[in-house]
Amino acid sequence: MPEKKNNHKFINWVTAVNKKYAIGIPLILLVVSTVIFFSLQTNIFEPGTISRLTNSNFRTWLPVLLLTMGQGLVLIGGGLDLSNGSIVSVGNVVLALYITSADEPWHNLAIVALVIAFGLAAGFLNGFLTVYLGLQPVIVTFATSFIYAGLALLLLPTPGGAIPRDYTNFYRNTQYLGVPFSLLLLFFLLLLWGIFRHRKYGRFLYAVGGNPKAAYTTGVPVTWVKISTYVLSGLLASFGAISYSLLTGSGFSGSGADMMLPSITGAIIGGISFSGGSGSLVGAVFGGIILGNIRRIISIARIDSWAVTLVNALVIVFALAAPGAINLLRRKK
Amino acid sequence: MNETDVTKNITNNNKKHVKISPPLIAMLLAMLLFLLSGLLPAGYSTLQGAIRQGLNILRLASFIAIIGAGQTLVIISGGEGIDLSAGPIVTVGALLTYMIINGQNSLILPVLLLVIATGAVIGLFNGLGITYLKISPFVMTLGMAGVVQGALILWTKGYYDGRVAPIMTQLAARDLIWGIPGMIFIWILIGILMTLLLERTRYGKQLFAIGVNRVAARLSGVKVKRMVVFTYVLAGAMAAFSGFLLVGYTQNAGPNLGNQYLFPSIIAVAIGGTQMSGGKGSYFGTIAGAIVIQLISSLLTTMQLPQALQQIIYGSLLVLILIIYGREKSLRS
Repeated sequence: MPEKKNNHKFINWVTAVNKKYAIGIPLILLVVSTVIFFSLQTNIFEPGTISRLTNSNFRTWLPVLLLTMGQGLVLIGGGLDLSNGSIVSVGNVVLALYITSADEPWHNLAIVALVIAFGLAAGFLNGFLTVYLGLQPVIVTFATSFIYAGLALLLLPTPGGAIPRDYTNFYRNTQYLGVPFSLLLLFFLLLLWGIFRHRKYGRFLYAVGGNPKAAYTTGVPVTWVKISTYVLSGLLASFGAISYSLLTGSGFSGSGADMMLPSITGAIIGGISFSGGSGSLVGAVFGGIILGNIRRIISIARIDSWAVTLVNALVIVFALAAPGAINLLRRKK
Repeated sequence: MNETDVTKNITNNNKKHVKISPPLIAMLLAMLLFLLSGLLPAGYSTLQGAIRQGLNILRLASFIAIIGAGQTLVIISGGEGIDLSAGPIVTVGALLTYMIINGQNSLILPVLLLVIATGAVIGLFNGLGITYLKISPFVMTLGMAGVVQGALILWTKGYYDGRVAPIMTQLAARDLIWGIPGMIFIWILIGILMTLLLERTRYGKQLFAIGVNRVAARLSGVKVKRMVVFTYVLAGAMAAFSGFLLVGYTQNAGPNLGNQYLFPSIIAVAIGGTQMSGGKGSYFGTIAGAIVIQLISSLLTTMQLPQALQQIIYGSLLVLILIIYGREKSLRS
């Protein structure tokens, strides 16, 4: 039966790609979900629609995608960062409170630097507590997430503040050669990671996540590599805060609360495992995009508005369960 | 601050290698805090006032401790175990009771069974996802919390109407005998049952065994997966039962009733010396921890600190407890 043989070949090819780049299944899901999303649009053949939709999707997803990258790094290193959403909240609140006019570029730049510095410091605190003091990452970052979220609420008890329109318009509408700014930034960051992935840092990271004891005995600075993942996660969370503020143009102390779980889910769909040392950042970004596509498709499907919360939560749980379920089935065979 | 004083005491004790068990420290801390609270302007001045305030604190602490009961089991079971769906499950238990019983004493027993079964089913999903699909407990239960919350919204459609049965009010909200609230008797009963479960049953022994080392437990004949699933089922059922009791006290239920108890109950478990990495702990510790956290919360409320600052203090407190008790072994040792 030639058909079956062909099928086999295809599966082999997919496993090969999956093994080499760890993005086989996420890539297929990405293509499928994107095709479904676009085919559900009514005026897809009008010129400019695709570009407009791409722009609106990616500028909305960028904050979560940035967090997903950070989460991916932490997960590969064998940790978990539950405070990244709260770091976004703090950054968003600070930006909305202190960037009020486009006439003071230096002041604004200083505030942006402050937000980035906070992200780095918060990430370092997470890393210090979990790695250096040897506390459990899950419970520690859960605790610090409370501290950061409380800080955001303290700074801005009620939603408010306004980012100048010049800035938000730049973020929302800038395109180079038809590629939106948000997508370019993603490409740039992935390219940057691609450079580091196959150098010392990347190899150390996967070694530390895969088997910290072996990495330690072969002279890998385990402590610092692990701390660096939390710092990078904090940094990317502060980028997420900046892009989120530019997207919404206002401040809200709970802005990042709904980003933490999707950031983990995206990384998991993208082929990164909870046990660390496997998966790739490209896969994580794909996972984040898949999740975004699914949410868009759901919103097009126009389900009962009382059911939206449940459906979104079920999507998250099923997405988290899928890799484990596939593994379970494979082992049974 | 009082907490830091006590922290110093604890570290001093450690230095001198004087062994005082954490639950005992928590109990002493609770007494100290209670005596200090008498010095506040809003505090008690007579012995009778002190007793009344003490009973009130105990009554409020009882809910934290009862919600913390299932949490204690899950945390002892190890593997980064934690149940974040406890908050929404409490809400579900409370709302089911509130809306179905609707003031009829005769419906108490069937509804109680329904409540416990619902909690157990949610716990079963948690347990299965964690053991067979290898989802990190924190992420699984957080995802489940979203699903439960979403299901609640779909079920109630934002409309909460009902009434608690008179017997429940009598038991949970009023004084039973000698001016002691009925809740405290229920709490004592639960405390005895929990301690017997942990100390005197095969389940308890196996729970500590899997908490210390799952591989060793499996090799010595413990069915680890079944134990973990059962523990989450038990935790879900207990959380739902806490909701049943809680609504008897509050007489009113809303969509976020349980969530405000989640973080305090986790801190209570931590203060009571139950190791966050599992394998060590007691329900007596959780009782003591619940009293401590209720006293701190009352103290913060009388000081009229904003909610945000309370949140920061809770988060910092948890980090502090973790630093004192919860160190994992570093790679070097």
